[in-house]
This record gives sequence, structure tokens and C-alpha cells, in this order.
Amino acid sequence: MKLVYFAWLKERLGIDEEVVELPDSVLTVRDLLDWLSGRGPEFSEALEKRSVIRVAVDQEHQPHEASIRGAAEIAIFPPVTGG
Amino acid sequence: MTVRVQSEDFDVGAAYEEAVANSRSAGAVVTFVGRVRDFQSEEEHTRVESIFLEHYPSMTFQELEKIETEARTRWPIEECLIVHRYGELFPGDQIVLVITTSPHRKAAFESAQFLMDWLKTRAPFWKKERTPDGSRWVDAKESDDEAADRWSR
Repeated sequence: MKLVYFAWLKERLGIDEEVVELPDSVLTVRDLLDWLSGRGPEFSEALEKRSVIRVAVDQEHQPHEASIRGAAEIAIFPPVTGG
Repeated sequence: MTVRVQSEDFDVGAAYEEAVANSRSAGAVVTFVGRVRDFQSEEEHTRVESIFLEHYPSMTFQELEKIETEARTRWPIEECLIVHRYGELFPGDQIVLVITTSPHRKAAFESAQFLMDWLKTRAPFWKKERTPDGSRWVDAKESDDEAADRWSR
């Protein structure tokens, strides 16, 4: 599965995209964020405040309880500030 | 339906002509342009030297189309044009253009406002401001969420 990061998340993590193999127990967006947080301090700190973490599953906004089963690309980013 | 995501500037006059070109029944046209301000906020008058607009290329276009499709379910819009820029922009530069046309003004005004309110909270763009004190990512505003929420149904 491909993960992409934007804005300050990308800067704090120091990566803009990566391909990961997820364990079978990771079923939802929330599971994914928990799993990422376990990878090290830069992830746990960047993802600590969950209320400002937004996620798009295959280019569609999804809540944290959404399933990620079968997804090809998941984007993780702060609230949008365009316009 | 026209959506454009581009780094280059846009010509409001040409876009207006494009929006009305094929319609004789569009009695109302609303044009909104968002520009780069030279200060951060009303509370904080730090000078903004430039902004950098990042976006999510594979999602941005389709998200803007979705927002437009939603607007069309709510108002009798004849033409709708959305242009959003990305990259480095300077105070006074144009960022976003929304044009809506309809037989009557109420639908044109309301749909343009709706498009901007939804775009602000859904289109995957992020602004980073460069100021004399350094660069920082702009925080999302609660007032933008409230503006978008009033259209929920």
C-alpha cells in the first residue's frame, strides 16, 4: 500500500511517500494511524493530535473509522487551507 | 462544468466571457476571486512576503468536480467555472476563481458562496506563509468549518 503525506506532516516525517506492508490486523484508518505511531518518535509525535489528522483513501476524504481494505493509496495530511 | 488546477495566473475577463458564451438565459453571473493578502490575520499583523500552495495532484481535480456536482444538485446553475492555482504566490496575486451563472441572482450568489465554503474545507490544498519571522503552515480556521457546516443538510 502506498502512503503519501502533505504539508507539515510531510516535513515533520521527512518523507513525502512510501510503500508499506501492513499487518492483517490493520483494518481501518485509525488502525493505520496507530500502527504508524508505533514506528518511532517522529511518527508518534506528528500523529499525536488525532483531531488534526485528515485522511483520504484512494483520493476520497474518509473518517478515521473508515475501512482501508483493498485501498491502493492513502494520503495523510492536516486540515486543508486552500481557497 | 469547468475545473482547472494550474500554477499560472488566470484572466478574470476571459473566464467571464467563457462562462457566458453559450448561454442567453443566464441572467445572473457571480464572480469571486480570492487573492493573497499581505498580512496574516486581523489579530496578527505580521507581513506576508509570499505563500506556497501545495496540493494533492491526483485528488484535487476530482474533489473540485465533486464540489461542483454537489452545487448543481442544490441550485439551477447554468455554468460553473472553478480555477485554483498552486505554487509560490505573492501579495495581490490571484489564488482562486469561482464563476457561477444562473437565470436568477439568488442561485448564482448562493452557489458561488457554497462552492467557496466547501472548497475551503475539502479541496486538498495547503498554504505555507513566508514572513520576515520565517515560514509556517497556515492553520485551518474554525470559522471556515462553520461556514461549510451551514450548508449541511
